Amino acid sequence: MSFELRGVSVRYASAKHTPSDLALKDIGLSIKQGEQIALIGPSGAGKTTLLHTLACAHSISSGEFSAFGVTPWTLDHGERHALRARFFLAPQTPPLPPRQRVVTAVLAGRLPQWSFWQAIASLIRPNDTDVAYEALARFNLQDKLYARVDRLSGGERQRCGMARLLVSNADAFLVDEPLSALDPALSLQTLAALQQEATRRSATLVCSMHQVELALAHFPRIVGLRDGRIVFDAARTAVTEAMVLALYRNTDDAVAVVATQTYTDAC
Amino acid sequence: MAVAMILLFPILVSGEFKPWLLLDAQSLGATGHFLASFVPPAHSREFLLLILAATWQTIAIATAGLTLALLGAIPLTLLATESLSVSRMESGHMRPAGVAIRQSARWLLVLLRSVPELVWALLLVRIVGLGPTAGVLAIALTYSGMLGKVYAEILESTESHVSESLLKNGSGRLLALLYGTLPASASELVSYTTFRWECAIRGSVMMGFVGAGGLGQRMDESMKMLAGDEVSTMLVIFVLLVACADLISTFLRKRLG
Repeated sequence: MSFELRGVSVRYASAKHTPSDLALKDIGLSIKQGEQIALIGPSGAGKTTLLHTLACAHSISSGEFSAFGVTPWTLDHGERHALRARFFLAPQTPPLPPRQRVVTAVLAGRLPQWSFWQAIASLIRPNDTDVAYEALARFNLQDKLYARVDRLSGGERQRCGMARLLVSNADAFLVDEPLSALDPALSLQTLAALQQEATRRSATLVCSMHQVELALAHFPRIVGLRDGRIVFDAARTAVTEAMVLALYRNTDDAVAVVATQTYTDAC
Repeated sequence: MAVAMILLFPILVSGEFKPWLLLDAQSLGATGHFLASFVPPAHSREFLLLILAATWQTIAIATAGLTLALLGAIPLTLLATESLSVSRMESGHMRPAGVAIRQSARWLLVLLRSVPELVWALLLVRIVGLGPTAGVLAIALTYSGMLGKVYAEILESTESHVSESLLKNGSGRLLALLYGTLPASASELVSYTTFRWECAIRGSVMMGFVGAGGLGQRMDESMKMLAGDEVSTMLVIFVLLVACADLISTFLRKRLG
């Protein structure tokens, strides 16, 4: 069992919410190792918070949470930090320093595997450049290996963030909106590369996205989140258009979802 | 704005801010005499060689002092920087042990930079004797406090999204800093460090007046003998040193991109 959540509630991290405001309320979720799940829901539903909770980056305020058979929040500080190397959390904004070279930025995914001095040496002259090259080649970015990050476009940076995921050796990929800056063709290619890697490693993949039709087409299990609660958790075939529309009803994202559904129907 | 003006007035009065004194006839006469002795600057061969040796000593004092200061400041910076706190990332506030360590590091930095380096130099000259050692140690102590504080603040004010992502994925704290924060803040850190090196040169000149060697001691001797021409040569050298530091800073910043 990769992840097991029972009655989990999570507070907001930032100070602008009162302590009683919960970002996630009473979440129950079981994820087996190797499953691939799409997380959908309107903006502000708590998708990012859920991904952070799964990655042990955010503490829970109540409930039970276990990952890979251990309860991270009962471990001591050091052991919990060592556990984090088994997850890869890819945030929405690619975490790449603008003045760094792509090769170093991508290889930073290997930091948990390297010893301290190996990492220092790699800052000066990158080890494992071939690994970085192959990872970038999966996204057609291999010629940007020695370019500086600030010379890349938004979509290229996002794909570099995904290349960093490929060079890590995590057993669970927690990906926050990896397709937001990509055109439709690149979105398909990137999603395919992610899913191939997850299958190859038997890693769990939890991916949040706004492109509902892509989620329905490519992920076997869909979880819908709204206002911090799970609205539905079903196999792709069991998710109907009505369920999706209800999920996004009366929110700012409703217009986009209705438009995509109408387009899909018309085709 | 009005509040600032109201507060400024008593400050100026107690600081005896009277710029018009510079322009009355007696001051102008004294200034004129004093400045006349400056031209032409002394340029005899033996004097220039002597000054070159003293300049080299001053640069050495400043550089050695700053290097020692860096050795002291870097560990304190790492301890004092909040953005590397894993416990803050997890729950929004740091563990008590973390807070205690960070606060002690900040207090140590405050202590180190509170005592002016001239006072340290006076004390150290009594302990280690006249000469450059006192100057080097005085600079090392005060500047480690200054460098540590400003480095910690530069690192904290740099956007933490990149280093936090690395921390969240299990990397060590120091490595998250080197791979995540440093690329963005390297330019500022270098510019502050070269500025401090320039200040260290000025500082070591001042300490020369209390016996710590270098150009300061020469200048003290020349002023006591009222040899304005020697003083003006040394002033020209100061200007050149500061210009040099400026060039180095620009060069390093360009290289870092």
